[in-house]
Amino acid sequence: MGDRERKQIRPEKDQSVESDVATESAVEGEELTDRIDDLLEEIDSVLEENAEEFVKNYVQKGGE
Amino acid sequence: MGKAGRSRRSPRVSTCDTSIVTSHRILGTETEYGITVQNEAEFNPVLASSALINSYAGGRARIQWSFDEESPGRDARGFGFEDSMPSEIETGLVNVVLTNGARLYVDHAHPEYSTPECFEPREAALYEKAGEVIIARAAESAQMLLAAGQRMLIHKNNSDGKGNSYGSHENYLLTRELPFGEIVSHFTGFLVTRQIFTGSGKVGSENGRPATHYQITQRADFFEEEVGLETTLKRPIINTRDEPHADSAKYRRLHVIIGDANLSEVQTFLKLGSSSLILQALDDGALPEPVVLADPVAAVRTVSCDLSLRDLLALSNGRSLTAIQAQWQYLEWATKYANASDLPEVYGDVLRLWEEVLTDLELDPLRTADRLDWTAKLSILDAYAARDGLEWDDPKMRLLDLQYHDVAPARGLYHRVVASGRMQRLFTDEQVEHAVSNPPERTRAYFRGRCVGKFGSALVAANWDSLVFDIGEDSLKRVPMMEPLRGSKDRVGDLLDRSDTPADLLRALGGDDG
Repeated sequence: MGDRERKQIRPEKDQSVESDVATESAVEGEELTDRIDDLLEEIDSVLEENAEEFVKNYVQKGGE
Repeated sequence: MGKAGRSRRSPRVSTCDTSIVTSHRILGTETEYGITVQNEAEFNPVLASSALINSYAGGRARIQWSFDEESPGRDARGFGFEDSMPSEIETGLVNVVLTNGARLYVDHAHPEYSTPECFEPREAALYEKAGEVIIARAAESAQMLLAAGQRMLIHKNNSDGKGNSYGSHENYLLTRELPFGEIVSHFTGFLVTRQIFTGSGKVGSENGRPATHYQITQRADFFEEEVGLETTLKRPIINTRDEPHADSAKYRRLHVIIGDANLSEVQTFLKLGSSSLILQALDDGALPEPVVLADPVAAVRTVSCDLSLRDLLALSNGRSLTAIQAQWQYLEWATKYANASDLPEVYGDVLRLWEEVLTDLELDPLRTADRLDWTAKLSILDAYAARDGLEWDDPKMRLLDLQYHDVAPARGLYHRVVASGRMQRLFTDEQVEHAVSNPPERTRAYFRGRCVGKFGSALVAANWDSLVFDIGEDSLKRVPMMEPLRGSKDRVGDLLDRSDTPADLLRALGGDDG
């Protein structure tokens, strides 16, 4: 199976799924790097305060 | 009671009978949410889940779920649970049927949302997302019942990191002719290897499994058998629950329990779409040979813990392959099948997305961080660890992991990542909002949802395959819905529009014999 020819199975690429993305589409790689610090700062502002306490107290019952 | 079912095939609403053939594409999901109330010494997850369900949308849609399809009257009793303390046994009573055709209820110690029956995977992903909005709003309402300083937090995840797991199940309708053994031999390898694009990511390991920093899925630590009926202990890769909620002579429902709950809309679509395609191909005899793993249970965890996606999995024929190679093979088969079949166009989108994701995973998994939860979460964790000099065992890493799944848009890190433009969406807010209140139009969920919306006060019980009305006569009136494609807008939309009262509706359906 490892030697199968991958090119044969590529579906058409003319219409990427992104064309159906309705709202924001993802930005390009370089811009992402520049903006990661902004995102981390935003996460800082919403992150629960006492990480150790929060994680310790997060206990769920099994389900399903 | 047969009359009601037959009458919906009246000439004005009938479509050609070939539509019944495609019933086997119908799918839906069930999601159990993590629930916690902070600063509540006596926190009881059952009570909290009940409060959440009962806080949603007032009393209008409060209709009892009937667990006994043959004797609906017996279950159609009142439901004054608000004055009592619900125990786990009684949680079967905390059930709401929504105007979008979904079911919202307490299962074990979790709030759970089941999507309505959906016609195709994009629709199922949309209705699952609508469920997150519903749950988040319900939690916001339930917050008002809490004491000052207490907060209800809801997470769409699958584990607490301490060995307790709760499920995110997918349901696929298949034909009864498909032998179960075929499902086991063909679908097991698919389920094990699809983890590379179905995982939501998890810091660490649990349930007695060897330590690891980060793994692809939330659930891999909990699978111990290849096949079985259990969902809470010794969980199997293939679950044998056989409860089609439809004509059991024609259908089976495959209950897939190994998936993670995904926040990403794109990922949910890919998970459901690829799985549905493989199952349809299998059902139509279009999968040439099974990919049989030598040790599928061990492979579940091998795949989940291999962030490089390069580990080889041994096959029973003595060969071996990586999870990505297996998925290329499944994609090839699915593409051939799709090209030779008359499938809805949406499956073309599934194939394109599947191929793009495999291509990117092969180049560098982090290239998929705009589409997959496990890589999105991993890139946040990497960036945070780099900035703050954190080790993997730092509680902050676990917190970031947990909070990624918080369904509150203001707090949940998934929502923050989406808002920052770093993650793709598949739906607009308007589409999600529409799905919060309105049912899908191409399955019987349409009939259920519209009846709840228009005649909710006369509905005394509902379940997947029937509705029970009380129109003030001696007996309750039951409308069976054993065919999942009947009850669609095409078939009953006009009839529902024209009926001013539930009695009108039942008369029009011909279901006056209850």
